[in-house]
Amino acid sequence: MAIERTHIMVCGGTGCVSAQSLEMVDLLKSKLVEKGYDQEVNVVKTGCFGFCGQGPIIKVHPDNVFYVQVGLDDIDEIINEHIIKGRTVERLLYKEPETQVNLAKHDEMSFYKKQYRIALRNCGLINPEDINEYIAFNGYEALGKVLAEKTPEQVIEIVKASGLRGRGGGGFSTGLKWELTRKPVADQKYVICNADEGDPGAFMDRSILEGDPHSVLEAMAIAGYAIGASKGIIYIRAEYPLAISRLQVAMEQAKEFGLLGENIFGSDFNFDIEIKLGAGAFVCGEETALIHSVEGSRGEPTKKPPYPSIQGYHKKPTSVNNVETYANIAPIILKGAEWFSSIGTEQSKGTKVFALAGKVNNVGLVEVPMGTTLREIIYDIGGGIIGGKEFKAVQTGGPSGGVITKLDLDTPIDYESLKSIGSMMGSGGMIVMDEDDCMVNIAKFYLDFTQDESCGKCTPCRLGTKRMYEILDKITTGEGTMEDITKLRNLGIMIKDSALCGLGQTAPNPVLSTLEYFYDEYLAHIQDKRCPAGACKALAKYKIDEEKCIGCTACARVCPVSCIEGKPKQKHVINEEQCIACGACYTACKFDAVIKP
Amino acid sequence: MPIKSLDELKKIRDNQIKKVKLRESGDSEDQTIEILVGMATCGIAAGSREVLNEFVNIISAESIDHIKVVQVGCMGYCHSEPTVQVNMPGKQPIIYGNVDRATVKDIVEKYIKQGIIIDDHVLIKTFNSAL
Repeated sequence: MAIERTHIMVCGGTGCVSAQSLEMVDLLKSKLVEKGYDQEVNVVKTGCFGFCGQGPIIKVHPDNVFYVQVGLDDIDEIINEHIIKGRTVERLLYKEPETQVNLAKHDEMSFYKKQYRIALRNCGLINPEDINEYIAFNGYEALGKVLAEKTPEQVIEIVKASGLRGRGGGGFSTGLKWELTRKPVADQKYVICNADEGDPGAFMDRSILEGDPHSVLEAMAIAGYAIGASKGIIYIRAEYPLAISRLQVAMEQAKEFGLLGENIFGSDFNFDIEIKLGAGAFVCGEETALIHSVEGSRGEPTKKPPYPSIQGYHKKPTSVNNVETYANIAPIILKGAEWFSSIGTEQSKGTKVFALAGKVNNVGLVEVPMGTTLREIIYDIGGGIIGGKEFKAVQTGGPSGGVITKLDLDTPIDYESLKSIGSMMGSGGMIVMDEDDCMVNIAKFYLDFTQDESCGKCTPCRLGTKRMYEILDKITTGEGTMEDITKLRNLGIMIKDSALCGLGQTAPNPVLSTLEYFYDEYLAHIQDKRCPAGACKALAKYKIDEEKCIGCTACARVCPVSCIEGKPKQKHVINEEQCIACGACYTACKFDAVIKP
Repeated sequence: MPIKSLDELKKIRDNQIKKVKLRESGDSEDQTIEILVGMATCGIAAGSREVLNEFVNIISAESIDHIKVVQVGCMGYCHSEPTVQVNMPGKQPIIYGNVDRATVKDIVEKYIKQGIIIDDHVLIKTFNSAL
């Protein structure tokens, strides 16, 4: 086979696939055949590039040209201009929002400039369905190396020394977890991969599994060797069909190459992995609940101790690690603990992947060194707030986290610093909010989620979150009293203290943190019956557009509570205090001057 | 065919890396040698596509590092197509004209490996080139 001169990389992540990227792969291939270029140009379906807000994305190597928002209609032009004639298609390049300059190379974009990709190293670079490409970029070398050269204790030592901590949210030392699982004597031990990504808005684990499934399989085998387990289980939610199918392909190929199965690399180490599908319950991200679900029981947490490292799956020692945590393992083995621990902050080493969402220009998946500030992520990588609006807050840690305000934008991100300002790292969801977002409503959204997802086993979480939700609902409809705030606080503190598992203990966080930082918004809802952001429908008031009003008096005449003032041929004004939001003025106005909330 | 040792894995990797190497080019920008092949209509008509593919094949066969072959548009030397510009780190870019397969071999063997300029085919030597 001839060596290809050009590779066209088409993003095959879920976001881009939903925008027809797979059809583009087929179209590109058939057009290349048609033009006689199929022997020298390769089309590769890759994992997520992370720049989801600009998808579908097509990258051309070796020119390193990065096309964004490509449609099926653009394929002809890419082939005729770029592939055949070497001319970059300018109109498909990314335009920097601040400067409006077209940028062809991804490393020039501020979205990628501050990123440092370890866990996402292969996403967008390789074809996830071809084990050969993973091997080409040093895949399975870490596994081969530990089996040939390291004892399990040495592997644990390296991971411990690297300072890697659990990326699922807790931040527990990965090496220590492995050590604790290695210690107990048992006839069988298990390695579990937690791919039950449940935070609203988080999709980093899905992207890793879709873009680089072998990195997780390899790391699970390394974990198995380190703790003395021959069986691995990937617990993944059934809502991730693409990730599941790529994992299955990857597992088949790894077995075929003898990288999973018996006597791996000619050693006496055996390791096999199976996939268990979860029904997508938030609580199953909690490790004891996850283990019960894998066993076939209800997904309910149990008290710790005993920790899974002593009594986990089928009462055997089990190490449960998150997808992103695993994705860091192979580079740590290959490049060394020192390399990894040189990145990041004192307590938090390495990088973290965040799913950047909400009101930022560049929505997507970003990986930054620990210690990067929120300002850098939101303004440099995220490209600032959409429409140049005012930044209000950023929510991290999903339903277990809290909000961070303008005042703390320069906090370097690590596990401890986020905790100290009332939020948490969590799995890495990061939702940016602007002046139009009502913080009471946001708190209500998260409580709606947790009270719905509560497994119901313990009373504080089952009833407490429900009551909190009801109070928040009352406030957002203008029925709240000052007493409700005291109730919210007390309930929050009680649930934190008494819930059974981590999910319940952190569920009040969105409320407690908004109460602390946005108390005035709660007051506005309760005392003034007003939603400052204009997001709570029940509190929204009709307004008259001064530009459009001609003073015809039609609205004033139909108002049942006579709250519209204004002389004929002069601008009219609605008295918001008296307005009952009946909408009669809106229907009466012939000039579109009444603004509906 | 199961992999039985680290060496066997490395063998597979060495074979596979040739196929995907060109994707790494973006990383080591400073030290990369760039070969730009003019691929406008006149260039293609004069055979620049064969030239481009010949470069790719030779470089791959000889496993030369830090080099990338990129096709570009018209450089403006239609009288001497196919044209090839070679950018070596720390050196003035050189544009070669009337390049054919034999010249491609010369460019790789003599100029890129040994720094000997192939006088017969030099069109221009300057930083103020078309690119």
